[in-house]
Amino acid sequence: MKKVAVECRSIGLAYGRTEVLKDVTLRIEPGEFFALLGPSGSGKSTLLRLIAGFNRNDRGELLVDGRDITAVAPHARNIGMVFQSYALWPHLTVFDNVGFGLVERKLPREEIRRRTEAALGLVGLKEFAARRPNQLSGGQQQRVALARTIVIEPQVLLLDEPLSNLDKKLRVTMRQELLALQRKLGITTIFVTHDQEEAMTTADRMAVLDAGIVQQVGTPAELYDAPANRFVAEFVGTMNLLEGSVSADGDALRFDVDGVGAVRLPRLADAPASGKLALSFRPHAVRMAVGPAAASGQSQLTLSGVVQGSEFLGEFTRYLVAVGTHQVTTDQPHLAGTRRIEDGAAVTLAVAADQLRVLR
Amino acid sequence: MGTTTAATTSGAVFASLRRAWGASPGSLLAGVAVIAFLATFLLLPVGAVFATAFREADGSFTLGHFASFFTTTLMRESFYNSLVVATVSVAFASAIAVPLAYLTVRFEFRGAILIQTLGVLPLIMPPFVGAVAMTLIWGRSGSINLLLDEHLGFTVPFMQGLNGVIFVESLHYFPFILMNLIVALRTIDSAMEEAALNLGARGWRLFRRVVFPLALPGYLAGAALVFIKVFDDLGTPLVLGQTNMLAPQAYLRITQVGLEDPMGYVISVIMIAFSILALWLSVRVMKGKDYTTVQKGAGGLARRRLSRGESIAAYGGIVFVLLVVLSPHLGLAILSIAQVWSFAPLPDAYTLRHYAAVFVDSNFMIANTLLYCGLAALIDVAIGVTIAYLILRTRLPGRQWLDFAASAAIAVPGIVLAIGYLRTFQGVQVGGVPATQTWILIMMTYAVRRLPYALRSCMAALQQINVSLEEAAEMLGASGWRVVRRVVIPLMAGGILAGFVSSFITAAVELSATILLVVKESQAPMSYGIYLYMQSVAGRGPGAALGVLAVVLVALGTYLSHRLVERAQAANAPARAAEGA
Repeated sequence: MKKVAVECRSIGLAYGRTEVLKDVTLRIEPGEFFALLGPSGSGKSTLLRLIAGFNRNDRGELLVDGRDITAVAPHARNIGMVFQSYALWPHLTVFDNVGFGLVERKLPREEIRRRTEAALGLVGLKEFAARRPNQLSGGQQQRVALARTIVIEPQVLLLDEPLSNLDKKLRVTMRQELLALQRKLGITTIFVTHDQEEAMTTADRMAVLDAGIVQQVGTPAELYDAPANRFVAEFVGTMNLLEGSVSADGDALRFDVDGVGAVRLPRLADAPASGKLALSFRPHAVRMAVGPAAASGQSQLTLSGVVQGSEFLGEFTRYLVAVGTHQVTTDQPHLAGTRRIEDGAAVTLAVAADQLRVLR
Repeated sequence: MGTTTAATTSGAVFASLRRAWGASPGSLLAGVAVIAFLATFLLLPVGAVFATAFREADGSFTLGHFASFFTTTLMRESFYNSLVVATVSVAFASAIAVPLAYLTVRFEFRGAILIQTLGVLPLIMPPFVGAVAMTLIWGRSGSINLLLDEHLGFTVPFMQGLNGVIFVESLHYFPFILMNLIVALRTIDSAMEEAALNLGARGWRLFRRVVFPLALPGYLAGAALVFIKVFDDLGTPLVLGQTNMLAPQAYLRITQVGLEDPMGYVISVIMIAFSILALWLSVRVMKGKDYTTVQKGAGGLARRRLSRGESIAAYGGIVFVLLVVLSPHLGLAILSIAQVWSFAPLPDAYTLRHYAAVFVDSNFMIANTLLYCGLAALIDVAIGVTIAYLILRTRLPGRQWLDFAASAAIAVPGIVLAIGYLRTFQGVQVGGVPATQTWILIMMTYAVRRLPYALRSCMAALQQINVSLEEAAEMLGASGWRVVRRVVIPLMAGGILAGFVSSFITAAVELSATILLVVKESQAPMSYGIYLYMQSVAGRGPGAALGVLAVVLVALGTYLSHRLVERAQAANAPARAAEGA
C-alpha cells in the first residue's frame, strides 16, 4: 500500500464568529503515527473531522498525497476514521459492520467475506463475527471499530480519542496493540487525544493545539525537553514555572523571581540578556536536601523553601515546596527505607543548569 | 380487652404489610378499588365477549362460530377488506410520514415548524367527521374530480369503495408514524451516520442501510398504532357506506340480528387478536433493539442546509401535503357554512344558519359530551394517579399487572367494549332502569378506553418527582395520605391536568362505542350527533357545524394540555436542578 503524506496549509475554520482553527499548518509524513494533543475546545477534533470531510475549512488547503481534497465529499475520500463512541451500528452484526465499507465499494461477495475475516483476524475477533455490537465489551467494540476502518485500506487512518472509553488498564494494552497494528500496516495515522501520556507513548511526532493554534510540533521528547511556550510546558508533563525578569550580572545572569528575590543563574544558551520571562524545570530535575541553601553557582540554580505537603506515589514522593510566593513541585525518588521529609521542614532545592529552560 | 388485642393485632398486620410492601392501608384500599373497576368494566365485559364467541347456546365449548365465520362469504370478504384497508393505509401513511420526518431532522430549514403542525392537525379531528367533506372534495363528483374532468378530461377514483376509507384513514393517522419516527431519528448519534459516510455510503444507500434501520423501532411503533386504529375504526366505513368490513359487520350484526348472534362476538375476538398481534409484533421486532445512540454531548443527525432548488422543492412538497391533509378540515369548514354544495367545486352560497340550528336543536349534545367526557376523564386521572402511585412508590406484589391490565384497554376496540357491556350488563338495573339503557355505560366506555393515555400522563408526572421530596414531608411528620395530598398531588398537578384534558378530548370524538350504546337521542353526545346528521343530505350542514365545534373543542384542549405539560416541566425544573447540584 502506498504511504501518503497529509498536509494542512494555513487552514482556518470558524463557526459563526468563533474561530475554531486559526492558520493551522502541519505536515504529517507518510506512514507516520501522529498525535494531535490539546485540551477540550482546542480544535483538535475539529481538525480531525476536517480531514475526514465532516467539516469544511474556510481558508487554506488540505493536501493528501499532494492533492487538495478540500472539495472531495467525505464518502469519496477513502480516509478511515475510528469514532470516539465507536459508532458501531447496533442493527448489524460484527461481520456486517466490518464488511460495510466493502459492500459500499460493490466488491464481489467472496472478496468481502475474505477481507472482512482477515480484518477481524487482525484484531483477534474472528470468532465474534456473528455477534451484535452490544454483546461485546468496550475493548472488543474498539477493535471492531478499528477493523471496520482498516478493512477498506484507507490512505489515512484517523483516530478520535480512541481509548477514552476504556478503563485505565485496557487503555495501556490497547495503545500498544494500536501501535503494533499501525506499524504492521504502515498507514499514515492521525490520533486525537487530550491525554499527554497517550500521545507521548505512541506518537512518532505530535502537535500540541490550543485555541485553534498549533503551539508546537515535534517528537514527544522534543516537546517534553524543549517546550516552545508556557502552554506546552504545562500541558505536556508537569512543569515548575518561576516568573521574573532577567538582567546581566558579569559572567552569570541575575534573575529576579517575583515574590522570591534575586537569584544568580548560570548563563543559559537560550536566555536573552534582559526582560520578563519564566524559568522552567521539571519536578524530577530538582534535588532536595534538608538544611540551608548554598548560593547558586555556574552549574546550578539553588533555592530555599519550606515543605508544605507531600504525596507518596510509590516510585517517588512528590513534595510541594513554598519558595517565596511560588510553589515548586519536586519528585524525589523513593527506595525502601527512604524517610519522608516532614511538612514545615526548611529545605534547599537545586536544579542543574542543563535542566533549566527559559520561556518567554 | 379483646377489642384492644384485635386492634393491636390488625395494627401489627398493617405495620408488617407496610414494611414488606411499602403500602399504607389507604393505598391498599385504593388498589382494591382500582382492581374492582378494571374487573367490572374491562376484564368482565371482554371476557364475556370471548366466552360468547367460543360457546354453544347450551354453554359447551365450540369453535363452530369461527368455522362459520370463515365459511360465510360476506365475513371472509369483510375480513379481507379490513386487512387490506389497514395494510394499505399503513403503506400510504408511511409514504407521507417518512419523507416528512426525514426532511425535518435532516435539513435546516424553516418548514420544520410546518411539519410539526402537520403532525398535530389531523389528530384533532376523528376521520369519520371529515369523511363526508372528503367525498365532496375528492369524490366522483367532488371538487377535484370536477376540475380534473373539466380541464384535463379524466377523473381519479380517490373515494371509490375502499379507496375512500384508505384515503381518509391514511390522512388522519399518518401523524402517529411521523411523530414516532421524528423522535427515533432525533435519537440517532450523528457519528452513526458519519461512520457510514466515512466508509463510502451516502444518499439513498446511507438512508437505507443505516439511518432507517436505526429508526425502525420508532417507525414500527407508529405503524402498529396506525394499523390498529384503522383496523378497528367503525365510524369512517359507516359514514362512507363501506359496510363490508369487520367493525361495521360487528355493529350491524349486533344492532340488526341481535345480541344473541355469535358472529358479532367472533368478529370482536378477531379484532382484539389483530390489535394484540400488531402490538406484539412491533414490540417483538424491537426487543433488545433500543437504538437510542445519542452520546453525551453529541447531537442527533447532522443537519444540512438545503440548496435553493431543494428548498423550493421541499416547500412545494410540504405545502402540497399540507393542503391534502387539511382538505377534510377545509371541507368541513366550508360544508358548515354552505347553502347547497353538490356537483360544484365550491358551494353556490354561504350561510350561518347551520350553526344556529346546532345551537338551537343540539345544545343538549354539547352538554352530554361535557358531562360524559368530564366524568370519564375524572375517573381516568383518579385511577391513573392510584396506579402510578402503587407502581412507583410501593413494592406491592403484582403491581405491574395493574399497569398491564389498564393499558390492555388500548387493544380493545370501542365497538368490542360496547358489545361486552351490552352482554355483561343486560338485566342489571340501575335505579329501576336497565343499565344498558343509561348513559352511565357510555361514560364508562370512555373512561376505560382513555385510561391508558391518562395513566401514561400520571406515571410520567410521578416519575419526575424525586422520592426524597416525599421523604422530607414524612420526616417532618406528615404521613401516608397526607403526604400524598400535600406533596405528591400538588407536584403531579400539571401531569394530572394534562391527562385529564387528553382523556377528555379523545373521548369527545369517540364514536364506535357510543354508536352502539346510545338508545335515545336525548343521550347523544356530539360525536353521535355528527354521525346522525351526516346520514342525510339535509343534515350535512348542521353535522359539519357540530363537527367544527368538536374540532375547535379538541384543538383548544390539545393546546391546553401541551401548555400544561410545559408549565409543569418548567415548574418542577428548579427542584430537579438543585438535586443534581
